[in-house]
Amino acid sequence: MYLADSRTTPDPSDTAGRRPLPGRRAALVPGTVLALGSVSLITDVSSEMVTAVLPLYLVTGLGLSPLGFGLLDGVYNGVSALVRLVGGRLSDHGGGSHKSVAAVGYGLSALCKPLLLLVHSVPWIGAVLAADRTGKGLRTAPRDAMISLACEPATRGRAFGVHRAMDTAGALLGPLAAFVVLRAAADGYDAVFTVSGCVAALGVLVLLLFVPGRQAGTLPARGPDRAPLRAALLLPAVRRLTGCATLLGLTTVSDSFLYLTLQRRLDLPETWFPLLPVGTATAFLLLAVPLGAVADRTGRRRLFLCGHLALLAAYGLLIAPLGISPVLPLVVLTLHGSFYAATDGVLAAVTADAVPEAIRGTGLAVVQTGQTAARFVCSIAFGTAWTVWGDRPALGTAAAGLAVSAAVCALLLRPSPAHTPPEPAR
Amino acid sequence: MNRMPRLLALLAAVLVLGGVAVGATLHAADRAAEKDHARPGDPRVRPGSVVLGAPGRSVFRNMAWGPHRDEISAVPANDPAGPRTSSGIRCLRFHTAGGTGICLQAVHGRLRDSYRAVVLDARLRELRHYDLAGVPTRARVSPSGRSVAWTVFVSGDSYAGTSFSTRTSVLDTRAWSLDRNLEDYRFLLDDRPHRAADLNVWGVTFADDTHFYATAATGGRTYLVRGDRTERTLRTLHTNVECPSLSPDGTRIAYKKRVEGASPDAPWRLYVLDLRTLRESATTERRNVDDQAVWRDGHTLVYSLPGDYGSDLWTVPADGSGAPSLLMTAALAPAFTG
Repeated sequence: MYLADSRTTPDPSDTAGRRPLPGRRAALVPGTVLALGSVSLITDVSSEMVTAVLPLYLVTGLGLSPLGFGLLDGVYNGVSALVRLVGGRLSDHGGGSHKSVAAVGYGLSALCKPLLLLVHSVPWIGAVLAADRTGKGLRTAPRDAMISLACEPATRGRAFGVHRAMDTAGALLGPLAAFVVLRAAADGYDAVFTVSGCVAALGVLVLLLFVPGRQAGTLPARGPDRAPLRAALLLPAVRRLTGCATLLGLTTVSDSFLYLTLQRRLDLPETWFPLLPVGTATAFLLLAVPLGAVADRTGRRRLFLCGHLALLAAYGLLIAPLGISPVLPLVVLTLHGSFYAATDGVLAAVTADAVPEAIRGTGLAVVQTGQTAARFVCSIAFGTAWTVWGDRPALGTAAAGLAVSAAVCALLLRPSPAHTPPEPAR
Repeated sequence: MNRMPRLLALLAAVLVLGGVAVGATLHAADRAAEKDHARPGDPRVRPGSVVLGAPGRSVFRNMAWGPHRDEISAVPANDPAGPRTSSGIRCLRFHTAGGTGICLQAVHGRLRDSYRAVVLDARLRELRHYDLAGVPTRARVSPSGRSVAWTVFVSGDSYAGTSFSTRTSVLDTRAWSLDRNLEDYRFLLDDRPHRAADLNVWGVTFADDTHFYATAATGGRTYLVRGDRTERTLRTLHTNVECPSLSPDGTRIAYKKRVEGASPDAPWRLYVLDLRTLRESATTERRNVDDQAVWRDGHTLVYSLPGDYGSDLWTVPADGSGAPSLLMTAALAPAFTG
């Protein structure tokens, strides 16, 4: 998809960040989006290389027991949410320093890779991973702001779809790259980290070279008089979106629990377990662009809600007393992947529709933080429900909650006649 | 901005970064290749046949550099530093008792590596193998050789990002019935049924073919549990016990205890628990021990510590007397039979 797009774009870097010229079709994906997609693809190759070998490295490379690792996750998640808000807020400073803040975020994560060569104990490795995650938190909102600012409002869904597809492609390629290195050099974890660091540095460089910075004419010279955070929260549309993202996030069971349920329900062989995320990612990769385009055509809010119905259907299949069929995991994972394809980039596009350019980064950060925090709360609550009631009743409750949340959001997200979102005319 | 300088800069960066990446990989490959050659002063290893349960032999994973690295090897029990006989069977983790061997090994695939558990007979011939869901960490055989257990680390199994969990399986090698996941057993915390999504079980040590001890963890605490294959239950007996190892007479458990005041990176010390009195006693080993110890006899513990070759084996008296001493270099996962 990326190749097809870039082939139809005669000179991606030349159109970077500008509105398409009158003669060009609005459907083209702007160069800036492709550049940001490339940055994400490269960065994801880098980070997934590390993620893929980390358990092996800890157990066989360092002889450490990785069980203590999850303990600080709650703290990291809290910090990550806070950092995301800071990243969004900072990137709106002075009328758009999105690129600088994103560069700091990508740079911080890139620096963490060589650091892994130096630290050999669980607390320090935990600290490096936390710094890595801080970088990710910082860059997400400014990056999405840049994507939204680089394309025509009418094609935003598609642009975010292209970006998410490229991002996912990187996530799928990373483990393969790590495997190639380890195949060439047995126990070469240091080589994996070095290669990962080089790849990450390349990502930062592509960002610096090919993503345009502040653009004269597209943004006001300075930000709003009010603090961006308050300004964003005062917008009714942002409040409604944050409310919906939070509400739906509270009933979105985390991937791992979904896979665990799938494995238990269908009695899948243990060796399939690492392949389940690949199934979701493949569906996400294949559907992100088409569903983004559908969102542009039929309404982004509607597709965002439909995506949650796909998730609801996946829950339903896991709860229903269906027989064990090899088709079932395929259907569940496809539904799960289409849930991401219909909601992840689309939510960013919907948010961009509702937030003025001057506080775009902050607005995106607010909505995404609400969603992330809610999903973490859901994980803890779901873990407790699983403990007390067992997996099927827990998932049933989540499904009921999701149905109610989706209904409430369908009401909240109705396009109000007073403020018609910039949906395409088609 | 002109496009040409940017493309040139990118090209230059790709060349430099690519050079560093390739260089690092080649360097690591060289280092790996070096381990295929024995160095002067290394333990002597020669190929030969290894028989499990032969009297007066200890069997272990040979870690010495050379063509027999990672192979199951044997030495005379009274001459642990003597020449090693290497079997040609490569294992990451190994244990044997009663003429049965369990070998957890890596299988190098085309797109990714996987792991499997191989059940071996006394002549190290494969009886059956089972695919594993993650990186192997512990393996044990019951004293009679009938039951076998193993633990692997599984990642991405939990809801909180970077956390890892364990998966422990128990196999009956007569009936070939496999309990894939001990977390499916009924877990009794202080005699009350307790269901927990965060339950982890690892480090089985067998009392007989159907009863065993293991570590169970939930809510941030670890417990010594007594397991029963027939009842399919795990009952907690004691807290803060990891990787238990039952003494040959069945009265004591050697284990690693998380001690207060130790660095979070090296929190474990080797302890012994008396099962009748539940009294804990420290061994004289003061270093961090991250291993499931084995009993060489009724009063001596053998355990692994990091060394030049990755792992050396040390011994210490189980009753808290004496001092630790080096048993053999470049060895891991020993078993003492006959």
